[in-house]
Amino acid sequence: MTNDPHGPQKFIWKYILSTDHKMIAKQYLLTGLVMALVGAFTAYLMRWQLGYPNTNAPGWGLVTPDKFNMLVTMHGTIMVFFVGMPLLVAALSNFVIPLQIGARDMAFPRLNMLSYWIFVLSCVALLASFFVPGGAPAGGWTGYPPLSASEQYTGVHWGMVLWITALALEFASFTMGGINYLATFMCLRVPGMTYFRVPMATWFLIGASLAFFFSVGPLIAGAVMLLLDNVAGTGFYIPAQGGEPLLWQHLFWFFGHPEVYVIFLPAVGCVLEILPVFSRKPIFGYRAIVWSMGAALALSYIVWAHHMFISGMNPRLATPFSITTILISVPFAVIIFCMLASLRQGSIRLDTPMLWGLGFLATFLIGGLTGIFLGSASADIYLHDTYFVVAHFHYTFFPSVFFGGFAGIYFWYPKLFGRRYNETLGKIHFWMTFIFFNATFWPIFRVGAGGMLRRIADPTQYRILDQFKEMNSMISVAAFILILGQVPFVWNFFWSMFRGPAADANPWRAGTLEWLAPSPPPHGNWGPGLPTVYVGPYEYSRPDMADDFVPQYRPVGVLGGPAGQA
Amino acid sequence: MFNNLPQNISTYGADIDGILYLIYAIVGFFFVTMEGYLVYAVVRYRRREGVRAVYQTGETWREMRWVVGLVAVVVFLDFLIDFRGADTWAKVKQDFPSGDVEILVKAKQFAWTFVYPGADGQFDTKDDLTVPRILHVPVHRKIRLTLTSEDVIHSFCLPEVRLKQDILPGRRTPAWFEVTRTGTFSLVCAELCGLGHTKMLGVLEVHDDSGYERWLAETAKEMFE
Repeated sequence: MTNDPHGPQKFIWKYILSTDHKMIAKQYLLTGLVMALVGAFTAYLMRWQLGYPNTNAPGWGLVTPDKFNMLVTMHGTIMVFFVGMPLLVAALSNFVIPLQIGARDMAFPRLNMLSYWIFVLSCVALLASFFVPGGAPAGGWTGYPPLSASEQYTGVHWGMVLWITALALEFASFTMGGINYLATFMCLRVPGMTYFRVPMATWFLIGASLAFFFSVGPLIAGAVMLLLDNVAGTGFYIPAQGGEPLLWQHLFWFFGHPEVYVIFLPAVGCVLEILPVFSRKPIFGYRAIVWSMGAALALSYIVWAHHMFISGMNPRLATPFSITTILISVPFAVIIFCMLASLRQGSIRLDTPMLWGLGFLATFLIGGLTGIFLGSASADIYLHDTYFVVAHFHYTFFPSVFFGGFAGIYFWYPKLFGRRYNETLGKIHFWMTFIFFNATFWPIFRVGAGGMLRRIADPTQYRILDQFKEMNSMISVAAFILILGQVPFVWNFFWSMFRGPAADANPWRAGTLEWLAPSPPPHGNWGPGLPTVYVGPYEYSRPDMADDFVPQYRPVGVLGGPAGQA
Repeated sequence: MFNNLPQNISTYGADIDGILYLIYAIVGFFFVTMEGYLVYAVVRYRRREGVRAVYQTGETWREMRWVVGLVAVVVFLDFLIDFRGADTWAKVKQDFPSGDVEILVKAKQFAWTFVYPGADGQFDTKDDLTVPRILHVPVHRKIRLTLTSEDVIHSFCLPEVRLKQDILPGRRTPAWFEVTRTGTFSLVCAELCGLGHTKMLGVLEVHDDSGYERWLAETAKEMFE
C-alpha cells in the first residue's frame, strides 16, 4: 500500500511514473491545460471564419468548409472530454479527495497512474487525427450516424476511427479513475469523517464520478457499434443495411446529459468550498445541498431525449421529457439559493478564488435559465440547432470548466505548489475573462434567436444572417481578447510555481483537512499519524468561539448546533 | 433577446413565439432578482473591521423557509411552462390536420427536391411533378409534408414558419404547416450533414391560390411537353 512515504526518488518515478495522487493531479492539470490551448486555437479559427468569412486566418489560412466541420468536431470533443474531464474530474478528484478525507493516497495508486497514462494515449490518438489522410473527424462532437458511420458521407475514415478510439481510451481511463475515487471515498476516510462531515468539493466530485459510471456503459456499447460500422462494414446505424440512426442518439444522450453533470458538479463543489472560506460563514443548507445533488443526479438519467425533441422520435415522448427536464431546475434552484444565502450576513473578502467563484455563480445562472427555453419542447422547435443552443451550452460549460476550474486552481494553488500566486495578475485574469466571456457569448444568444444555425461554415450564404454581419465580427473580436486574456494566467501559473513567495499550510484560514498538511504536502500527506475529525467542515464565526473558525481536526469538546453533531 | 426573431408567417408561429416570451418573462425575473441579490450581497456584506459574520447553517426549516418558498414558486412556474408548451407542441407535432396539399420532400447530400402528386392527387403516378430547390405552396392552405432522406440525417427548417424537423433516412417523417402571407422565404438544412451542409439551401415560395394553380399548370406543361 501507500502508507509508507518514500525517501528521495528518481526523476522518472517522481514526475513521470508517479503513483502519488498529488503528482498525478498535476499531470492531469497540465495535460488538460495544454489541450485547452489546442481547443482555444480551434475556437479562434472558427470565430475567424464566422467574423471575417472567406478571408485568410492569420497563422493558418483559409478555413474551408471541410476544415470547418473538422474544427467544429474537434473543438467540442477537446473542450468537453479532454479539457473539462481532466481538469475538473481527474485533477481535482486526485488532489482534493484524499487530502480532504484524510487519506495518504488513493486506494489504488498504481491503477491511478495507469489511468493517467491511458488518458495521455487517448490525447495522442485524438491529436493524431489532424495528421492522418482525410484529416480530423468531421461528424460533429455528437457524431450522429449515418454521417459518422461511413466514409462515403464525411470523406473522413481514419479521423473517425481515431476519434472513436480516443473516446474509448478516455472512457477506460476515467472508469479506472472513478473506481479509485469512489473506493478512496468509501474506505479511506479518517476516524470522525462521517458522510455528513465530508467537505462539499469531495461530495460533488464523487457525484461527478457516479454520474459518469452509471451512464458510460450504454455509450461504450454504442461506440463499439459505430466503430464496427466504420471499419467492418456493419450497418448498425445505416438504414439501407437494416440499421437505426436514432439508436446512437439515444445511447449518446443517455450518457450525454449525465456527462454535463460530470463536468458541472465538480465546479459547483469548488465554489461551495470557496464561498464559506471567503465569507467566513458556514455553507447554508449543507444537507439540503447534498440531497439536491443526489436528486439532480437521479433526474439526469431520465431527461436525455430533450436533445432529441425534433429528431423524429415519437412526438408523444416530448412532453414527458420536457417535464423531467424542467424539473431539474428544482434541485439546482435549491443549490443556487443556498449559495446566495451563504453570502448573506457574511464577511466577504474578494480574493481571486472568491472572484472566480462569484463569477461562476453570475454566469452559470444565465446558462441554467436559458436551458429552460430549450427544455420546453415547443420552444425548442424554433431554437434547436441555432446559435441560441451554442450560447446556452457555453454559458454552462465555460463557467463550469473555466470559472469553476480557475476558482479551484487559484484556491488550491498554494497547496499544490507550496507557493503563492500573484494576486494582481489573478484579478486581471479574472476581469479579462469575465468581461470578454460575456461580450462573446451574450450576443450569440441574439444571433441564435435571429435564426443563425450552428455548424454552418459560411454565414454569407444565408440571407437572414446579413443583419448579423457586424455583430459576428464583434463577437469574434471579443473571443480573441478572451483567449488573449488567458496569458496573465499562464505567466502567473508558471512564474509563481518557481518564484512565488512561499505559502504556509493554511493561507486562507480554512477549516477542511487539506489545510492541515504542509504546503505542498509530502508523499503520504500526514507525517506519522493520521488526523482525526471532530467537527463539520464549515464551522466559521461560531458565536461561542473567539477564533473565527474551527478546523475539522481541532478537538473542541462537544459543540452544539446541527453541523457540529453529525 | 427575442426582438430580432425572423418575422412569423405561419398559423402556429405565434403560439411558439408566445412560449418564448412567456419563458423570457419568467427567467428574466429570476435573472434580474438573483443577479441583483448577488451584487447587493457582495457589496452589503463585504468585510469590515470588527463586524463578524453571522453563524447560520440553514439546517432548520425555519432558516430554510425562504429557500422552500422560492422553490415552490419555481415548481409552479415549471408546470406553467410545461402545460402551455404541451398544447403548442401537440398542435405542431402531434395532431396533424388533414392536408389541403400533400408534398413529398426528398433530401440528400446536399440538395432538396419536392414532389407534387399532380392532377390525379396520387404519388408514384406518371403525372407527379418533381421540382428542385424551391418549395411552392399556396397561402392559407394546410400543407402536409412527408420528409425523406436518401443518405444521412438532414433537418427541414423553415425559420419564418417556426418549423424544424429532422429527417431520418429510411423513414417517412410527417410535418405540416399553414402560411398566412405570400412571398419568398428561407428553407435551410439545420443538421450537420457533411461537406456541403452550409450550401444545402432552398426557397419557400408562397403563392396566392390562383398563382399556385398557375404555377402548377405551367410546371406540368414544362415537364410533360
